Amino acid sequence: METILSGIIQGLKLFFYGDATLWQIIGVSAQVSGIALLISAVIGIPLGALLGLTRFPGRRMIQAMIYTGMGLPPVVVGLAVYLLISNNGLLGPLQQAWIPKLFTVEAMIAAQVIIAAPLVIGYTMSAVGEVSPNLRLQVRSLGATRVQVLGTTLREARRGVLVALIGGFGSILSEVGAVMMVGGNIEGSTRVMTTAILLETRRGNFELAIGLGIVLLGMAFLINLSAAQLQGKGY
Amino acid sequence: MTPAYQLTNLSKSYAGRQVLNIDHLEIHPGEILAVIGPSGAGKSTLLRILNFLESPDSGKVYFQGQPVNYHKIPLEVRRMVTTVFQNPALLSGNVGSNLQFGLRLRGLKDGHRDVDEMLERLGLTSLRRSPAHTLSGGEAQRVALARALILKPTVLLLDEPTANLDPYNVEMIESVIRGINQTHQTTIVLVTHNIFQARRLADRVALLLNGEIVETADTQTFYKNPCDSRTRGFIRGEMVW
Repeated sequence: METILSGIIQGLKLFFYGDATLWQIIGVSAQVSGIALLISAVIGIPLGALLGLTRFPGRRMIQAMIYTGMGLPPVVVGLAVYLLISNNGLLGPLQQAWIPKLFTVEAMIAAQVIIAAPLVIGYTMSAVGEVSPNLRLQVRSLGATRVQVLGTTLREARRGVLVALIGGFGSILSEVGAVMMVGGNIEGSTRVMTTAILLETRRGNFELAIGLGIVLLGMAFLINLSAAQLQGKGY
Repeated sequence: MTPAYQLTNLSKSYAGRQVLNIDHLEIHPGEILAVIGPSGAGKSTLLRILNFLESPDSGKVYFQGQPVNYHKIPLEVRRMVTTVFQNPALLSGNVGSNLQFGLRLRGLKDGHRDVDEMLERLGLTSLRRSPAHTLSGGEAQRVALARALILKPTVLLLDEPTANLDPYNVEMIESVIRGINQTHQTTIVLVTHNIFQARRLADRVALLLNGEIVETADTQTFYKNPCDSRTRGFIRGEMVW
């Protein structure tokens, strides 16, 4: 109990007194997960909308693959990305600029996109599917192009799309397996909050680990609170 | 005069069940044509085909004298026709934004005067900023009608526009439909199973049964001297098929 209390106090101190190392770790976490979410949103929202609104042969197969992707264990994603981009991997030897190097922020982003994108696609697909077909028919009848129908449907499904983004962000902000494997938890470079918590716990430095945990929880809460506010403004 | 629509040998089936089989139907420009018939007769399917929302399985549709290729309908042609459905599917947001929706789709951002005028015409001025989900059924249907009319369509398709509404809303909607037809010569196709409404509003009436046009005639002839026994039966309120 004493350790927990001390950890909470330590965490608050670190956060409010502006500990440089802590802020650097928070910065890397925000950068990695923020960019990964952005890429997942750019890929996932249109794709989810298309899958939710169109019918074509093989759609169910793709749907099943997306749903499987929504439950991918981060450590398996980490392993897959590791095997792809390591020097002995499938893509690593190609030495192309677009292939991220192992133990870099770019590799961590790639892994997190693989974790978050299926969630964004799946939740978006479900959200647009909830929009009444009558409304879509009405929008077309009012003279909307296909792109305008898609945009309007997404706008009507914005609560669900927001949930998709929150779900995606939550999953990558809190995951540790993939970033540990492909990032390597290098201090000052690829160390993020979850890997730092793991490290400090292993070192027996529970106070700092709890402190980091509180910061992580606080960030997640603030993001969700902002999202809830945005949802409320829509109506 | 070139017909607004000309339909020949038109058929449409869903899952092997034929819902439309029309040998010939002409819709004249500037008229109000009421299509009456029992539920399941194919009335709504006909409207969706007229609004280019669905393609027929076979047959020809001519719009303003031009054959319609349902795989490639120019946007400007699609935008000449709009439908008000029985269920007034309103967008989230307020009444004003619903009215502006179609204008925005067309890139017309400055439509405030039109919106004000349309709100007044349908008795909705005080509801301009009301969220759409707070409206009553009658108010919502008036918003749906206003949202369609503000686009000044050449053809207005109405799918049971006053079903389940109270007499006040029915009277107001019918009055606006009549007015828009007279002032803008808008071609109107009204689908209804209310034979009294069809009689009040239409210039011509068509009876649709099991996807087939049984009889089409001017309103007076249709009600006073129908040719087909099924028309006589339907007008008398008998079960016909």
